[in-house]
Amino acid sequence: MNKAREKLPIQGKGQEDLLELLKEAQNRSGYLSEKTIVKIAKSLDIPISDVYGVATFYSFLSTKPQGKNIIRVCKSLPCFLKNSETIIKSVEEELGIKPGETTPDGKFAFQLTNCIGACDKAPAMLINNDVYTDLTPRKISQILKTCE
Amino acid sequence: MPEKKVVLRNCGVIDPKRITTYLARDGFKALKKALSEMTPEQVIEEIKASGLRGRGGGGFLCGLKWELARKSKGDEKYIIANADEGEVGTFKDRHILENDPFTLIEAMAIAGYAIGAKSGYIYLRAEYHYLLDSLKKAIGQAKKKGLLDFDIDIREGAGAYVCGEETALMESIEGKRGEIRYRPPFPPSRGLWEKPTIINNVETLMNIPRIILNGANWFNQIGTEESKGTKVFSVSGDVKRPGVYELVLGSRLKELVEDLALAEKVKMVQVGGATGRILPYDMIDTPLSFETILGSGAVIVLDKSRDVIDVVYKTLEFLAEESCGKCAPCREGTEVMIEILERFSKGEGLESDLRILPELSNVMMLSSLCGLGQAAPYPVIDSLQYFRSAYENRIREKGGVMI
Repeated sequence: MNKAREKLPIQGKGQEDLLELLKEAQNRSGYLSEKTIVKIAKSLDIPISDVYGVATFYSFLSTKPQGKNIIRVCKSLPCFLKNSETIIKSVEEELGIKPGETTPDGKFAFQLTNCIGACDKAPAMLINNDVYTDLTPRKISQILKTCE
Repeated sequence: MPEKKVVLRNCGVIDPKRITTYLARDGFKALKKALSEMTPEQVIEEIKASGLRGRGGGGFLCGLKWELARKSKGDEKYIIANADEGEVGTFKDRHILENDPFTLIEAMAIAGYAIGAKSGYIYLRAEYHYLLDSLKKAIGQAKKKGLLDFDIDIREGAGAYVCGEETALMESIEGKRGEIRYRPPFPPSRGLWEKPTIINNVETLMNIPRIILNGANWFNQIGTEESKGTKVFSVSGDVKRPGVYELVLGSRLKELVEDLALAEKVKMVQVGGATGRILPYDMIDTPLSFETILGSGAVIVLDKSRDVIDVVYKTLEFLAEESCGKCAPCREGTEVMIEILERFSKGEGLESDLRILPELSNVMMLSSLCGLGQAAPYPVIDSLQYFRSAYENRIREKGGVMI
Protein backbone atom coordinates (compact mmCIF):
# COMPACT_ATOMS: atom_id res chain seq x y z
CA MET A 1 0.00 0.00 0.00
CA ASN A 2 2.76 2.39 0.90
CA LYS A 3 4.33 1.64 -2.40
CA ALA A 4 1.11 2.58 -4.15
CA ARG A 5 1.07 5.87 -2.33
CA GLU A 6 4.59 6.69 -3.40
CA LYS A 7 3.62 5.97 -6.95
CA LEU A 8 0.48 7.99 -6.84
CA PRO A 9 1.10 11.13 -4.82
CA ILE A 10 -2.28 12.57 -4.04
CA GLN A 11 -4.09 14.86 -1.74
CA GLY A 12 -6.76 13.73 0.67
CA LYS A 13 -4.85 10.55 1.44
CA GLY A 14 -4.81 9.33 5.03
CA GLN A 15 -8.05 7.49 4.60
CA GLU A 16 -6.85 5.92 1.39
CA ASP A 17 -5.42 2.89 3.18
CA LEU A 18 -8.31 2.45 5.58
CA LEU A 19 -10.20 -0.27 3.79
CA GLU A 20 -7.04 -2.29 3.22
CA LEU A 21 -5.94 -1.85 6.85
CA LEU A 22 -9.33 -3.02 8.08
CA LYS A 23 -9.16 -6.09 5.86
CA GLU A 24 -5.66 -6.90 7.07
CA ALA A 25 -6.70 -6.51 10.71
CA GLN A 26 -9.71 -8.74 10.15
CA ASN A 27 -7.54 -11.36 8.49
CA ARG A 28 -5.31 -11.37 11.55
CA SER A 29 -7.90 -11.57 14.30
CA GLY A 30 -11.08 -12.63 12.55
CA TYR A 31 -12.99 -9.43 13.26
CA LEU A 32 -12.61 -5.73 14.01
CA SER A 33 -12.66 -5.09 17.74
CA GLU A 34 -13.24 -1.67 19.28
CA LYS A 35 -9.58 -1.62 20.20
CA THR A 36 -8.52 -2.29 16.62
CA ILE A 37 -10.84 0.39 15.28
CA VAL A 38 -9.49 3.00 17.71
CA LYS A 39 -5.92 2.01 16.91
CA ILE A 40 -6.43 2.30 13.17
CA ALA A 41 -8.19 5.66 13.56
CA LYS A 42 -5.25 7.01 15.54
CA SER A 43 -2.67 5.68 13.11
CA LEU A 44 -4.37 7.37 10.15
CA ASP A 45 -5.34 10.45 12.16
CA ILE A 46 -9.02 10.26 11.24
CA PRO A 47 -12.10 10.19 13.51
CA ILE A 48 -13.02 6.87 15.14
CA SER A 49 -16.56 7.32 13.85
CA ASP A 50 -15.28 7.34 10.26
CA VAL A 51 -13.44 4.08 10.79
CA TYR A 52 -16.47 2.52 12.45
CA GLY A 53 -18.62 3.82 9.61
CA VAL A 54 -16.50 2.03 7.04
CA ALA A 55 -16.16 -1.12 9.16
CA THR A 56 -19.95 -1.47 9.33
CA PHE A 57 -20.72 -0.50 5.72
CA TYR A 58 -19.19 -3.47 3.93
CA SER A 59 -20.69 -6.91 4.31
CA PHE A 60 -17.30 -8.64 4.27
CA LEU A 61 -16.14 -6.70 7.34
CA SER A 62 -17.36 -7.61 10.80
CA THR A 63 -17.24 -5.82 14.15
CA LYS A 64 -18.25 -9.02 15.94
CA PRO A 65 -16.19 -12.19 16.39
CA GLN A 66 -16.76 -14.66 13.57
CA GLY A 67 -15.96 -18.28 12.97
CA LYS A 68 -12.66 -19.43 11.52
CA ASN A 69 -14.26 -20.47 8.24
CA ILE A 70 -16.87 -18.13 6.85
CA ILE A 71 -19.49 -19.81 4.72
CA ARG A 72 -21.45 -17.50 2.46
CA VAL A 73 -24.27 -19.20 0.60
CA CYS A 74 -25.71 -17.14 -2.24
CA LYS A 75 -29.38 -16.31 -1.76
CA SER A 76 -29.94 -14.25 -4.91
CA LEU A 77 -32.43 -15.11 -7.63
CA PRO A 78 -30.34 -17.32 -9.97
CA CYS A 79 -29.24 -19.55 -7.08
CA PHE A 80 -32.74 -19.46 -5.57
CA LEU A 81 -34.05 -20.86 -8.88
CA LYS A 82 -31.58 -23.73 -8.51
CA ASN A 83 -32.78 -24.65 -5.02
CA SER A 84 -30.36 -22.68 -2.88
CA GLU A 85 -32.87 -23.14 -0.06
CA THR A 86 -32.06 -26.85 0.05
CA ILE A 87 -28.39 -25.93 0.30
CA ILE A 88 -29.08 -23.49 3.12
CA LYS A 89 -31.02 -26.20 4.91
CA SER A 90 -28.27 -28.77 4.53
CA VAL A 91 -25.64 -26.36 5.90
CA GLU A 92 -27.99 -25.72 8.83
CA GLU A 93 -28.32 -29.45 9.45
CA GLU A 94 -24.64 -30.21 9.05
CA LEU A 95 -23.54 -27.47 11.42
CA GLY A 96 -26.55 -27.16 13.73
CA ILE A 97 -26.69 -23.39 13.30
CA LYS A 98 -28.84 -20.89 11.43
CA PRO A 99 -27.67 -18.18 9.02
CA GLY A 100 -26.03 -15.36 10.98
CA GLU A 101 -24.71 -17.75 13.64
CA THR A 102 -21.33 -19.25 14.48
CA THR A 103 -20.71 -22.80 15.68
CA PRO A 104 -19.92 -23.01 19.43
CA ASP A 105 -16.41 -24.26 18.67
CA GLY A 106 -15.80 -21.18 16.51
CA LYS A 107 -14.96 -23.27 13.48
CA PHE A 108 -17.72 -22.07 11.16
CA ALA A 109 -19.68 -18.89 10.65
CA PHE A 110 -22.72 -19.29 8.42
CA GLN A 111 -24.00 -16.35 6.40
CA LEU A 112 -26.21 -15.73 3.43
CA THR A 113 -24.86 -13.41 0.77
CA ASN A 114 -25.99 -11.63 -2.36
CA CYS A 115 -25.04 -12.66 -5.89
CA ILE A 116 -21.43 -13.90 -6.08
CA GLY A 117 -21.35 -14.11 -9.87
CA ALA A 118 -21.39 -17.88 -10.20
CA CYS A 119 -24.95 -18.06 -11.53
CA ASP A 120 -23.99 -20.33 -14.44
CA LYS A 121 -23.01 -22.95 -11.89
CA ALA A 122 -25.73 -22.31 -9.33
CA PRO A 123 -26.30 -22.98 -6.51
CA ALA A 124 -23.01 -21.57 -5.28
CA MET A 125 -21.26 -20.44 -2.12
CA LEU A 126 -17.99 -19.00 -0.90
CA ILE A 127 -16.01 -20.45 1.96
CA ASN A 128 -13.53 -17.75 2.91
CA ASN A 129 -12.10 -16.79 -0.51
CA ASP A 130 -12.89 -19.96 -2.41
CA VAL A 131 -15.93 -20.50 -4.57
CA TYR A 132 -17.90 -23.77 -4.60
CA THR A 133 -20.42 -24.39 -7.35
CA ASP A 134 -23.11 -26.78 -8.57
CA LEU A 135 -23.85 -27.59 -4.94
CA THR A 136 -25.91 -30.50 -3.70
CA PRO A 137 -26.59 -31.52 -0.09
CA ARG A 138 -24.16 -34.41 -0.59
CA LYS A 139 -21.45 -32.05 -1.79
CA ILE A 140 -22.05 -29.73 1.18
CA SER A 141 -21.41 -32.56 3.57
CA GLN A 142 -18.17 -33.47 1.79
CA ILE A 143 -16.92 -29.89 1.50
CA LEU A 144 -17.54 -29.10 5.17
CA LYS A 145 -15.61 -32.20 6.21
CA THR A 146 -12.53 -30.96 4.37
CA CYS A 147 -12.52 -27.59 6.16
CA GLU A 148 -9.99 -27.29 8.92
CA MET B 1 -28.18 -12.00 -35.80
CA PRO B 2 -25.38 -14.38 -35.03
CA GLU B 3 -22.92 -14.95 -32.27
CA LYS B 4 -19.71 -13.03 -32.84
CA LYS B 5 -16.56 -12.97 -30.81
CA VAL B 6 -14.99 -9.57 -30.37
CA VAL B 7 -14.74 -9.26 -26.61
CA LEU B 8 -14.32 -12.98 -26.05
CA ARG B 9 -12.07 -13.64 -29.04
CA ASN B 10 -9.19 -14.81 -26.84
CA CYS B 11 -11.23 -16.59 -24.18
CA GLY B 12 -10.48 -20.29 -24.31
CA VAL B 13 -7.86 -19.65 -27.00
CA ILE B 14 -4.99 -18.12 -25.06
CA ASP B 15 -3.46 -19.32 -21.82
CA PRO B 16 -4.29 -16.57 -19.30
CA LYS B 17 -1.13 -17.45 -17.40
CA ARG B 18 1.22 -16.93 -20.35
CA ILE B 19 1.54 -13.59 -22.02
CA THR B 20 3.30 -15.15 -25.02
CA THR B 21 0.04 -16.79 -26.04
CA TYR B 22 -1.59 -13.37 -25.97
CA LEU B 23 1.22 -11.82 -27.99
CA ALA B 24 0.69 -14.51 -30.62
CA ARG B 25 -2.87 -13.21 -31.01
CA ASP B 26 -1.90 -9.61 -31.83
CA GLY B 27 -1.48 -8.83 -28.14
CA PHE B 28 -0.19 -5.32 -27.38
CA LYS B 29 -0.18 -4.42 -31.08
CA ALA B 30 -3.03 -1.97 -30.54
CA LEU B 31 -1.17 -0.22 -27.75
CA LYS B 32 1.93 -0.04 -29.91
CA LYS B 33 -0.07 1.35 -32.80
CA ALA B 34 -1.72 3.97 -30.58
CA LEU B 35 1.58 5.07 -29.08
CA SER B 36 3.57 5.17 -32.31
CA GLU B 37 1.09 6.12 -35.01
CA MET B 38 -1.68 8.06 -33.29
CA THR B 39 -2.00 11.18 -31.17
CA PRO B 40 -4.16 10.89 -28.02
CA GLU B 41 -6.79 12.96 -29.82
CA GLN B 42 -6.79 10.53 -32.74
CA VAL B 43 -7.31 7.62 -30.36
CA ILE B 44 -10.28 9.41 -28.85
CA GLU B 45 -11.67 10.26 -32.29
CA GLU B 46 -11.43 6.60 -33.29
CA ILE B 47 -13.30 5.44 -30.18
CA LYS B 48 -15.90 8.16 -30.66
CA ALA B 49 -16.39 7.21 -34.30
CA SER B 50 -16.79 3.56 -33.36
CA GLY B 51 -19.93 4.37 -31.38
CA LEU B 52 -18.81 2.17 -28.47
CA ARG B 53 -21.08 2.60 -25.46
CA GLY B 54 -20.58 1.58 -21.83
CA ARG B 55 -21.31 -2.09 -21.21
CA GLY B 56 -21.91 -1.96 -17.47
CA GLY B 57 -25.50 -0.88 -17.86
CA GLY B 58 -25.28 2.88 -18.33
CA GLY B 59 -24.60 2.93 -22.05
CA PHE B 60 -22.75 6.26 -22.09
CA LEU B 61 -20.63 6.91 -25.19
CA CYS B 62 -17.13 5.78 -24.30
CA GLY B 63 -15.24 8.14 -26.61
CA LEU B 64 -17.19 11.13 -25.32
CA LYS B 65 -16.32 10.24 -21.74
CA TRP B 66 -12.66 9.99 -22.71
CA GLU B 67 -12.78 13.30 -24.52
CA LEU B 68 -14.21 15.03 -21.45
CA ALA B 69 -11.40 13.62 -19.33
CA ARG B 70 -8.79 14.54 -21.92
CA LYS B 71 -10.01 18.14 -21.95
CA SER B 72 -10.13 18.41 -18.16
CA LYS B 73 -7.15 20.27 -16.81
CA GLY B 74 -4.70 18.56 -14.50
CA ASP B 75 -1.57 16.50 -14.73
CA GLU B 76 -2.94 13.79 -12.45
CA LYS B 77 -5.66 11.67 -14.04
CA TYR B 78 -6.89 8.13 -13.49
CA ILE B 79 -8.33 5.19 -15.38
CA ILE B 80 -10.48 2.77 -13.41
CA ALA B 81 -11.60 -0.59 -14.73
CA ASN B 82 -14.83 -1.45 -12.99
CA ALA B 83 -14.62 -5.14 -12.10
CA ASP B 84 -17.16 -4.86 -9.30
CA GLU B 85 -19.57 -7.09 -11.13
CA GLY B 86 -22.38 -7.20 -8.57
CA GLU B 87 -25.50 -7.04 -10.70
CA VAL B 88 -27.58 -10.12 -9.93
CA GLY B 89 -27.13 -12.76 -12.61
CA THR B 90 -24.05 -11.15 -14.17
CA PHE B 91 -20.85 -13.16 -14.44
CA LYS B 92 -19.41 -12.16 -17.83
CA ASP B 93 -16.58 -10.08 -16.35
CA ARG B 94 -15.59 -13.01 -14.17
CA HIS B 95 -15.39 -15.11 -17.32
CA ILE B 96 -13.33 -12.43 -19.08
CA LEU B 97 -10.91 -11.91 -16.20
CA GLU B 98 -10.48 -15.66 -15.79
CA ASN B 99 -9.69 -16.19 -19.45
CA ASP B 100 -8.14 -13.02 -20.87
CA PRO B 101 -6.74 -10.53 -18.37
CA PHE B 102 -4.24 -9.21 -20.91
CA THR B 103 -6.68 -7.44 -23.22
CA LEU B 104 -8.02 -5.50 -20.25
CA ILE B 105 -4.52 -4.42 -19.26
CA GLU B 106 -3.68 -3.33 -22.79
CA ALA B 107 -6.95 -1.41 -23.05
CA MET B 108 -6.30 0.44 -19.80
CA ALA B 109 -2.92 1.55 -21.08
CA ILE B 110 -4.51 2.80 -24.31
CA ALA B 111 -7.13 4.68 -22.31
CA GLY B 112 -4.37 6.15 -20.16
CA TYR B 113 -2.52 7.39 -23.22
CA ALA B 114 -5.72 8.87 -24.64
CA ILE B 115 -6.72 10.93 -21.62
CA GLY B 116 -3.22 11.60 -20.28
CA ALA B 117 -3.24 9.32 -17.23
CA LYS B 118 -0.15 7.52 -16.01
CA SER B 119 -1.84 5.13 -13.66
CA GLY B 120 -5.05 3.33 -13.00
CA TYR B 121 -6.89 0.87 -10.86
CA ILE B 122 -8.81 -2.30 -11.35
CA TYR B 123 -11.56 -2.32 -8.73
CA LEU B 124 -12.20 -6.00 -8.12
CA ARG B 125 -15.16 -7.16 -6.05
CA ALA B 126 -14.27 -9.07 -2.88
CA GLU B 127 -16.32 -12.03 -4.08
CA TYR B 128 -13.80 -12.44 -6.91
CA HIS B 129 -10.76 -12.49 -4.62
CA TYR B 130 -9.81 -15.80 -6.19
CA LEU B 131 -9.02 -13.92 -9.42
CA LEU B 132 -6.61 -11.50 -7.75
CA ASP B 133 -3.50 -13.58 -8.12
CA SER B 134 -3.83 -14.25 -11.83
CA LEU B 135 -4.61 -10.60 -12.51
CA LYS B 136 -1.52 -9.51 -10.61
CA LYS B 137 0.58 -12.02 -12.50
CA ALA B 138 -0.78 -10.80 -15.83
CA ILE B 139 0.17 -7.22 -14.98
CA GLY B 140 3.57 -8.42 -13.78
CA GLN B 141 4.24 -10.28 -17.02
CA ALA B 142 3.34 -7.26 -19.13
CA LYS B 143 5.62 -5.05 -17.04
CA LYS B 144 8.47 -7.54 -17.16
CA LYS B 145 8.26 -7.74 -20.92
CA GLY B 146 8.52 -3.97 -21.05
CA LEU B 147 5.13 -3.73 -22.76
CA LEU B 148 3.48 -1.57 -20.16
CA ASP B 149 4.53 1.96 -19.31
CA PHE B 150 1.40 2.43 -17.26
CA ASP B 151 0.88 1.61 -13.58
CA ILE B 152 -2.06 -0.57 -12.67
CA ASP B 153 -2.98 -1.27 -9.07
CA ILE B 154 -5.74 -3.57 -8.01
CA ARG B 155 -8.11 -2.44 -5.28
CA GLU B 156 -10.54 -4.89 -3.80
CA GLY B 157 -14.03 -4.17 -2.62
CA ALA B 158 -15.42 -5.60 0.60
CA GLY B 159 -18.90 -6.78 -0.28
CA ALA B 160 -21.12 -3.91 -1.45
CA TYR B 161 -23.20 -4.01 -4.63
CA VAL B 162 -23.53 -0.24 -4.75
CA CYS B 163 -19.75 0.12 -5.24
CA GLY B 164 -20.29 -0.89 -8.86
CA GLU B 165 -21.82 2.57 -9.25
CA GLU B 166 -18.96 4.79 -10.35
CA THR B 167 -19.07 7.46 -7.66
CA ALA B 168 -19.52 4.94 -4.84
CA LEU B 169 -16.65 2.97 -6.36
CA MET B 170 -14.36 5.98 -6.13
CA GLU B 171 -15.39 6.58 -2.52
CA SER B 172 -14.46 2.98 -1.82
CA ILE B 173 -11.03 3.32 -3.45
CA GLU B 174 -10.53 6.40 -1.29
CA GLY B 175 -11.12 4.17 1.73
CA LYS B 176 -14.57 5.47 2.60
CA ARG B 177 -18.08 4.07 2.89
CA GLY B 178 -19.29 3.25 -0.60
CA GLU B 179 -21.88 6.00 -0.71
CA ILE B 180 -23.00 7.79 -3.84
CA ARG B 181 -21.67 11.26 -4.62
CA TYR B 182 -23.83 14.09 -5.85
CA ARG B 183 -23.35 14.86 -9.54
CA PRO B 184 -22.20 17.17 -11.05
CA PRO B 185 -19.25 17.25 -10.94
CA PHE B 186 -18.94 14.15 -13.10
CA PRO B 187 -15.88 11.91 -12.79
CA PRO B 188 -14.24 12.98 -16.11
CA SER B 189 -13.87 16.48 -14.62
CA ARG B 190 -13.57 15.62 -10.92
CA GLY B 191 -13.34 11.99 -9.92
CA LEU B 192 -10.93 10.01 -7.80
CA TRP B 193 -9.30 12.36 -5.28
CA GLU B 194 -11.01 15.16 -7.21
CA LYS B 195 -8.86 14.39 -10.27
CA PRO B 196 -10.24 13.76 -13.77
CA THR B 197 -11.13 10.06 -13.89
CA ILE B 198 -12.52 7.58 -16.36
CA ILE B 199 -14.41 4.60 -15.02
CA ASN B 200 -15.11 1.95 -17.65
CA ASN B 201 -16.67 -1.45 -17.29
CA VAL B 202 -14.33 -4.39 -17.96
CA GLU B 203 -16.30 -5.39 -21.06
CA THR B 204 -16.25 -1.85 -22.49
CA LEU B 205 -12.46 -1.77 -22.26
CA MET B 206 -12.16 -5.21 -23.84
CA ASN B 207 -13.41 -3.68 -27.12
CA ILE B 208 -10.72 -1.00 -27.28
CA PRO B 209 -7.71 -2.88 -28.73
CA ARG B 210 -9.82 -4.34 -31.55
CA ILE B 211 -11.22 -0.94 -32.45
CA ILE B 212 -7.72 0.55 -32.58
CA LEU B 213 -6.41 -2.30 -34.74
CA ASN B 214 -9.39 -2.80 -37.06
CA GLY B 215 -10.64 0.76 -37.10
CA ALA B 216 -13.87 2.47 -36.12
CA ASN B 217 -15.51 1.61 -39.43
CA TRP B 218 -15.13 -2.08 -38.85
CA PHE B 219 -16.76 -1.81 -35.41
CA ASN B 220 -19.40 0.55 -36.68
CA GLN B 221 -20.75 -2.02 -39.09
CA ILE B 222 -21.59 -4.44 -36.30
CA GLY B 223 -24.90 -3.95 -34.50
CA THR B 224 -27.73 -1.46 -34.88
CA GLU B 225 -28.02 2.29 -35.39
CA GLU B 226 -27.56 3.20 -31.73
CA SER B 227 -25.89 0.03 -30.50
CA LYS B 228 -22.58 -0.79 -32.11
CA GLY B 229 -20.60 -3.96 -31.57
CA THR B 230 -21.46 -7.03 -29.58
CA LYS B 231 -22.66 -7.70 -26.06
CA VAL B 232 -21.63 -10.42 -23.70
CA PHE B 233 -24.65 -11.92 -21.96
CA SER B 234 -24.75 -13.96 -18.76
CA VAL B 235 -27.58 -16.45 -18.97
CA SER B 236 -28.86 -18.27 -15.88
CA GLY B 237 -32.04 -19.66 -14.35
CA ASP B 238 -34.33 -22.13 -16.09
CA VAL B 239 -32.16 -23.01 -19.07
CA LYS B 240 -30.35 -26.16 -20.14
CA ARG B 241 -27.15 -24.36 -21.07
CA PRO B 242 -26.43 -21.50 -18.70
CA GLY B 243 -23.31 -19.51 -19.45
CA VAL B 244 -21.70 -16.62 -21.26
CA TYR B 245 -22.72 -15.79 -24.84
CA GLU B 246 -21.50 -12.97 -27.05
CA LEU B 247 -24.00 -11.76 -29.62
CA VAL B 248 -24.16 -8.94 -32.13
CA LEU B 249 -26.20 -6.11 -30.61
CA GLY B 250 -29.74 -6.16 -31.88
CA SER B 251 -29.99 -9.95 -31.70
CA ARG B 252 -33.33 -11.14 -30.40
CA LEU B 253 -33.89 -12.32 -26.85
CA LYS B 254 -35.36 -15.52 -28.30
CA GLU B 255 -32.08 -16.41 -30.04
CA LEU B 256 -30.20 -16.13 -26.79
CA VAL B 257 -32.69 -17.74 -24.47
CA GLU B 258 -34.25 -20.47 -26.59
CA ASP B 259 -31.80 -21.16 -29.42
CA LEU B 260 -28.53 -20.90 -27.51
CA ALA B 261 -29.34 -21.50 -23.85
CA LEU B 262 -32.10 -23.99 -24.73
CA ALA B 263 -34.84 -22.71 -22.46
CA GLU B 264 -38.28 -24.31 -22.58
CA LYS B 265 -41.70 -23.24 -21.36
CA VAL B 266 -40.49 -19.74 -20.64
CA LYS B 267 -42.84 -17.58 -18.60
CA MET B 268 -40.70 -14.46 -18.27
CA VAL B 269 -37.15 -13.19 -18.53
CA GLN B 270 -35.42 -10.69 -16.28
CA VAL B 271 -32.97 -8.75 -18.44
CA GLY B 272 -30.36 -6.58 -16.72
CA GLY B 273 -30.50 -8.12 -13.28
CA ALA B 274 -32.08 -6.60 -10.20
CA THR B 275 -32.26 -3.15 -11.75
CA GLY B 276 -33.29 -4.56 -15.12
CA ARG B 277 -36.64 -5.21 -16.76
CA ILE B 278 -38.99 -8.16 -16.60
CA LEU B 279 -40.38 -9.25 -19.96
CA PRO B 280 -43.22 -11.74 -20.44
CA TYR B 281 -42.79 -14.57 -22.93
CA ASP B 282 -44.80 -12.86 -25.64
CA MET B 283 -42.04 -10.24 -25.87
CA ILE B 284 -39.35 -12.85 -26.47
CA ASP B 285 -38.70 -11.41 -29.94
CA THR B 286 -37.48 -8.12 -28.45
CA PRO B 287 -34.05 -7.16 -29.84
CA LEU B 288 -31.30 -6.77 -27.26
CA SER B 289 -29.88 -3.28 -27.70
CA PHE B 290 -29.52 0.10 -26.02
CA GLU B 291 -32.66 1.20 -27.88
CA THR B 292 -34.69 -1.54 -26.23
CA ILE B 293 -33.37 -3.47 -23.22
CA LEU B 294 -29.86 -4.43 -22.26
CA GLY B 295 -28.52 -3.35 -18.88
CA SER B 296 -25.49 -5.33 -17.74
CA GLY B 297 -26.46 -8.22 -19.99
CA ALA B 298 -27.74 -10.41 -17.17
CA VAL B 299 -30.47 -12.68 -18.50
CA ILE B 300 -32.34 -14.68 -15.88
CA VAL B 301 -34.86 -17.05 -17.40
CA LEU B 302 -37.96 -18.17 -15.50
CA ASP B 303 -40.21 -20.98 -16.66
CA LYS B 304 -43.91 -21.52 -16.18
CA SER B 305 -43.48 -23.07 -12.73
CA ARG B 306 -42.28 -19.74 -11.32
CA ASP B 307 -44.22 -17.17 -9.40
CA VAL B 308 -43.70 -13.55 -10.45
CA ILE B 309 -44.27 -12.23 -6.92
CA ASP B 310 -41.41 -14.43 -5.66
CA VAL B 311 -39.13 -12.99 -8.30
CA VAL B 312 -40.03 -9.39 -7.57
CA TYR B 313 -39.84 -9.94 -3.82
CA LYS B 314 -36.39 -11.54 -4.05
CA THR B 315 -35.21 -8.71 -6.27
CA LEU B 316 -36.45 -5.94 -3.99
CA GLU B 317 -35.07 -7.72 -0.94
CA PHE B 318 -31.67 -7.59 -2.63
CA LEU B 319 -31.97 -3.91 -3.54
CA ALA B 320 -33.12 -2.88 -0.07
CA GLU B 321 -30.14 -4.64 1.46
CA GLU B 322 -27.72 -3.09 -0.97
CA SER B 323 -29.07 0.46 -0.92
CA CYS B 324 -26.24 2.62 0.40
CA GLY B 325 -28.71 4.59 2.49
CA LYS B 326 -27.59 8.03 1.47
CA CYS B 327 -30.84 9.20 -0.11
CA ALA B 328 -34.27 8.70 1.43
CA PRO B 329 -36.26 7.72 -1.69
CA CYS B 330 -34.09 4.65 -2.22
CA ARG B 331 -33.37 3.78 1.42
CA GLU B 332 -36.99 4.03 2.55
CA GLY B 333 -38.69 3.29 -0.77
CA THR B 334 -37.13 -0.14 -1.17
CA GLU B 335 -38.11 -1.04 2.41
CA VAL B 336 -41.72 -0.01 1.89
CA MET B 337 -41.86 -1.99 -1.34
CA ILE B 338 -40.70 -5.08 0.50
CA GLU B 339 -43.34 -4.58 3.15
CA ILE B 340 -46.02 -4.42 0.48
CA LEU B 341 -44.64 -7.34 -1.53
CA GLU B 342 -44.47 -9.44 1.61
CA ARG B 343 -48.19 -8.89 2.07
CA PHE B 344 -48.84 -10.08 -1.47
CA SER B 345 -46.62 -13.10 -1.07
CA LYS B 346 -48.78 -14.12 1.90
CA GLY B 347 -52.02 -13.46 0.03
CA GLU B 348 -52.70 -10.46 2.22
CA GLY B 349 -52.32 -7.66 -0.32
CA LEU B 350 -54.53 -4.58 -0.03
CA GLU B 351 -56.48 -2.89 -2.82
CA SER B 352 -54.73 0.34 -1.92
CA ASP B 353 -51.32 -1.30 -2.45
CA LEU B 354 -51.97 -1.45 -6.17
CA ARG B 355 -52.32 2.31 -6.16
CA ILE B 356 -49.41 2.96 -3.78
CA LEU B 357 -46.86 0.85 -5.68
CA PRO B 358 -46.89 2.92 -8.91
CA GLU B 359 -46.99 6.15 -6.92
CA LEU B 360 -44.00 5.15 -4.82
CA SER B 361 -42.21 3.94 -7.94
CA ASN B 362 -42.56 7.36 -9.55
CA VAL B 363 -41.11 9.14 -6.53
CA MET B 364 -38.15 6.76 -6.38
CA MET B 365 -37.41 7.04 -10.10
CA LEU B 366 -37.59 10.82 -10.03
CA SER B 367 -35.69 11.59 -6.88
CA SER B 368 -33.15 8.86 -6.12
CA LEU B 369 -29.52 9.90 -6.37
CA CYS B 370 -28.23 7.00 -8.45
CA GLY B 371 -29.22 4.16 -10.70
CA LEU B 372 -29.96 1.81 -7.82
CA GLY B 373 -32.91 3.78 -6.48
CA GLN B 374 -33.95 5.03 -9.89
CA ALA B 375 -34.20 1.53 -11.33
CA ALA B 376 -35.31 -0.33 -8.21
CA PRO B 377 -39.01 0.07 -9.10
CA TYR B 378 -38.63 -1.54 -12.55
CA PRO B 379 -39.42 -5.09 -11.45
CA VAL B 380 -42.49 -3.81 -9.62
CA ILE B 381 -43.69 -1.67 -12.52
CA ASP B 382 -43.07 -4.39 -15.11
CA SER B 383 -44.73 -7.13 -13.11
CA LEU B 384 -47.74 -4.89 -12.45
CA GLN B 385 -47.98 -4.22 -16.15
CA TYR B 386 -47.55 -7.75 -17.48
CA PHE B 387 -48.67 -9.92 -14.58
CA ARG B 388 -51.24 -7.80 -12.83
CA SER B 389 -53.50 -10.74 -12.09
CA ALA B 390 -50.75 -12.28 -9.95
CA TYR B 391 -51.20 -9.30 -7.64
CA GLU B 392 -54.99 -9.11 -7.90
CA ASN B 393 -55.36 -12.76 -6.98
CA ARG B 394 -53.58 -12.11 -3.73
CA ILE B 395 -55.62 -9.27 -2.37
CA ARG B 396 -56.96 -10.14 1.06
CA GLU B 397 -60.48 -8.79 0.44
CA LYS B 398 -60.76 -11.11 -2.52
CA GLY B 399 -60.06 -14.18 -0.49
CA GLY B 400 -56.31 -14.34 -0.68
CA VAL B 401 -54.02 -16.74 -2.46
CA MET B 402 -55.18 -18.40 -5.61
CA ILE B 403 -52.50 -20.55 -7.15
